[in-house]
Amino acid sequence: MSDKDSKRGGITRRSFITTMGAGVAGVAASGALFSGTSQAKAPEIHKAGEAMRITLTINDHPYVLLVEPRWTLLHVLREVIGLTGTKEGCGRGECGACTVLIDDIPRYACMTLAVEAQGHAVTTVEGLMHGEDLGVVQQAFVQKDAFQCGYCTSGQIMASEGLLRANPLPSSEEIRRGVSGNLCRCGAYTHIFEAVEAAAEMKQK
Amino acid sequence: MKNDSVYYLKDITAPETPEPGENPSPWTNTTIIGKRLPRVDAYERTSGSALYPSDLLLPNMVYGAVLRCPHPHARVKRVNTRPAEGIKGVLTIITGTTPEADVWWRNEDGYRSKLFDPHCHYEGEAVAAVAALDPYTAQDAVKVIQVEYEVLPYIIDEERALDSDAPRVHPKGNLVDTESYERGDVDQGFAQADVVRERPFHTRCEIHTPMELHGCVAEWKGDTLTLHESTQGVYAVQAKVAEALRLPLSRVRVSGRYMGGGFGSKLKAGKYTVISAILARKTARPVKLVLTREETYLAVGNRPSSHMTLKAGVKKDGTLTALQFTCTGTGGAYPAGGVALVDWLIRDLYTCPSVKTECRDVFINAGPARPFRAPGHPQGSWALEQMMDELAEALHMDPVDLRLKNIPTVSQGRTGQPAYTSTGLKECIESGAQSFGWKAARQRNKSSNTGTLRRGVGMGGCVWFVGGGGPPSTIIVKLFKDGSVNLNMGASDIGTGTKTIMAMVVAEELGVKLKNIQIENADTGTTQYATPSGGSKTVPTESPAVRNAAIHIKQKLMEMAAEELDCDFEDLEFEGDEIIVSSRKEQRIKITDIPKLKKQGVIVGVGYRGPNPENKSVNPFGAQFCEVEVNTRTGEVRILRFLGAHDSGRVMNRLTYDNQVFGGITMGIGFALTEFRVLDTGQTGKMVNRNWHDYKLPTALDVPADMKSLPIELDDPEANNTGAKGLGEPVTIPTAAAIANAIYDATGIRITETPAFVPHLITRLNDLAKEG
Repeated sequence: MSDKDSKRGGITRRSFITTMGAGVAGVAASGALFSGTSQAKAPEIHKAGEAMRITLTINDHPYVLLVEPRWTLLHVLREVIGLTGTKEGCGRGECGACTVLIDDIPRYACMTLAVEAQGHAVTTVEGLMHGEDLGVVQQAFVQKDAFQCGYCTSGQIMASEGLLRANPLPSSEEIRRGVSGNLCRCGAYTHIFEAVEAAAEMKQK
Repeated sequence: MKNDSVYYLKDITAPETPEPGENPSPWTNTTIIGKRLPRVDAYERTSGSALYPSDLLLPNMVYGAVLRCPHPHARVKRVNTRPAEGIKGVLTIITGTTPEADVWWRNEDGYRSKLFDPHCHYEGEAVAAVAALDPYTAQDAVKVIQVEYEVLPYIIDEERALDSDAPRVHPKGNLVDTESYERGDVDQGFAQADVVRERPFHTRCEIHTPMELHGCVAEWKGDTLTLHESTQGVYAVQAKVAEALRLPLSRVRVSGRYMGGGFGSKLKAGKYTVISAILARKTARPVKLVLTREETYLAVGNRPSSHMTLKAGVKKDGTLTALQFTCTGTGGAYPAGGVALVDWLIRDLYTCPSVKTECRDVFINAGPARPFRAPGHPQGSWALEQMMDELAEALHMDPVDLRLKNIPTVSQGRTGQPAYTSTGLKECIESGAQSFGWKAARQRNKSSNTGTLRRGVGMGGCVWFVGGGGPPSTIIVKLFKDGSVNLNMGASDIGTGTKTIMAMVVAEELGVKLKNIQIENADTGTTQYATPSGGSKTVPTESPAVRNAAIHIKQKLMEMAAEELDCDFEDLEFEGDEIIVSSRKEQRIKITDIPKLKKQGVIVGVGYRGPNPENKSVNPFGAQFCEVEVNTRTGEVRILRFLGAHDSGRVMNRLTYDNQVFGGITMGIGFALTEFRVLDTGQTGKMVNRNWHDYKLPTALDVPADMKSLPIELDDPEANNTGAKGLGEPVTIPTAAAIANAIYDATGIRITETPAFVPHLITRLNDLAKEG
């Protein structure tokens, strides 16, 4: 990559975090996960195009990776590691198809840099499985037919999982808010609400 | 549009399938069909293990990206790729002057352009493409390619497209076509009417934006191209790519077993499909080319805007006497059905002796339309259903009663006015109104509507232009010696539950458990020909062929059983997974115990889709009802509840059926309240809201908590051997108009232009407040 390009593409950790905070606020739960830690530490500056060695903990497994600083967690999950259950719908924090849990909180993986996810526990839809068996929220989505094309489904499931971890017995209004950061163009919302209710009940047992 | 030209078959040469032979009579009772059963592929879709085309990671795979014209109308003078060539990781760049990319692209109606045409007719036309080691680098390269454009005058306002000073999109001028239709005598009809009303209506351009981005993975093995494409029709993609690249059909394999939504925008291949194939050939590596969300707003289709005027005449008793309708619409920069089927409901839905329609399709410099869930119908419904309410008010009639007064039994809009095989329009309206509590709600709202929050109810009826399905379809079912089954069909499951319903048909006939049915579908290399999944015709097309294939297997099994039990073939019947001798019930044999099946290992059954009944029309019908609450101080509209009463023949799976109904209503809510393309008419002609932030889809917070689905299940033995009619499209037709009618009922404000959103409503409410 030429010098000109690296300047154009260059982004500092701090400048990214500043812009990311606004995006994350719309995701689901309250509280800025990363901005807190960034204020504590001095910003590290990395040049675009230079690979960094990082370790990500994904679904309880450590992955040692070489990533560019600008690569999103979504890109690394899908195209580098091959965890393609997490989907890309927009790449800019609009649709929620890429929702994963970071320390139990639903986050858009497209609005999270891979380097930012270091030191945090990342859970994807694959991480909800018990071996070959579906997790509780996944089972509820099957039973209630809470999807059509299935492309937003992983994100809906992760948003629901995050909601139920924080709030095991949500009201119907809380359920609607909990998945309101996740678009479903097929319009399966009605069944999604039913699935989250059912999952909450199943988790109680 | 002509009666016999169906949009989802346009430009497709579908092979004929043989006659199905003996056509079984419809089921009298069912044990599997109609139940609420989870999908057969639900595990894959919820575990994250379903591989959508954009999920594929092939060995040695690289990434493509497309450079698109930033102007609505421009000529490419020069493309300098050198800055991009210098970027590490860039493998190849193709432009209009690359020999391998010198490919003709056939648009509809004889309009051809090059793959990278130097004359760009809309913002978002492909100008160049790149393959690189990773998607970031591919986008970096696209950004630094220098293109010198001659920016040309453009026209993006369809209402001004035919002005004498309007810039021309194509040399022949901006008029694509004028379609007219007439029956009876409208002048006489209006003279006979006691009430005549006329009003302009306008619906805005809507964008499909399915969740999975358009795209594919292209891979060559020698001279054979394999495309993993997110598509509604693998055979349609195969035909288009083979034509563009001049390849034999057998050298283009298209596979798309999972796909993340299309709604009409993925009925055919896109330029991106061909571009990825060329990039893959040039790099000699598999190429994944997935468009960005922004590109999907510009270049892969939309529902055209419609400028409509409807004049209607009605007698005191509610009998319609005449309907006169005009519409101007645009399919964008190429012929793309800019007014297709907008007038269909006016022609066909309610009994009316005199109807005249004229629809004008014009070119503008904007992205071409593609069929969008029930093309034309939600637009026509927006005008017709609001007009019906206006007439009802003038006559002091209940809107439900006015519609019930005008229920047809024949398809009036078609040549020869054939009878419908079945029509549940009356039942949909009557039962829907009753289940919704229509009369009580109207009464309640009338007496309590004085405060800031005002409630109102609204409804609308519908018919869908097609929805009966038909040939061709060939299905292969294999029964293995252990009683398990392989079902082979070409159709895509676009999220409607096609695979599940077809497996249920097999299970119904052969008594096999759903979990023992494996489905191979949507792959030109391994499955039979199928037309694209669209037009609400997949279930009525494929399910009868699946049933025929299963019955073919049964016949073979009974032949084997007759030999084994030494009895007449005619004396045998099926009972679950056993064959019994009718005259000696104690004599029976389990299918899997038939020695010949054990020896043979497998039985292959083939089923064909038989023809539809002659001189009859097979159509689904529906009616939807809703209640809204309007905040008269803020202009906010809250939808409190919705009910969809739909006649789509036999309900195949109640669980997926309800999901379709709710999904169609949700999409209709978007059309009514939030979705509209904005083009900058002032300075640039560019689309200004090309993302989901600025172009808002309905979210979980925009749908009512109270959603009801009320199937109106009528027997339709004539339609086909499963009695199913289409569902996916009718469920979104009357939604928007029902909402507009409810807003009127609540406020007295008639919103004739979509979307009925706050900025629009608040102006009208303020005017109303001033008038006092």
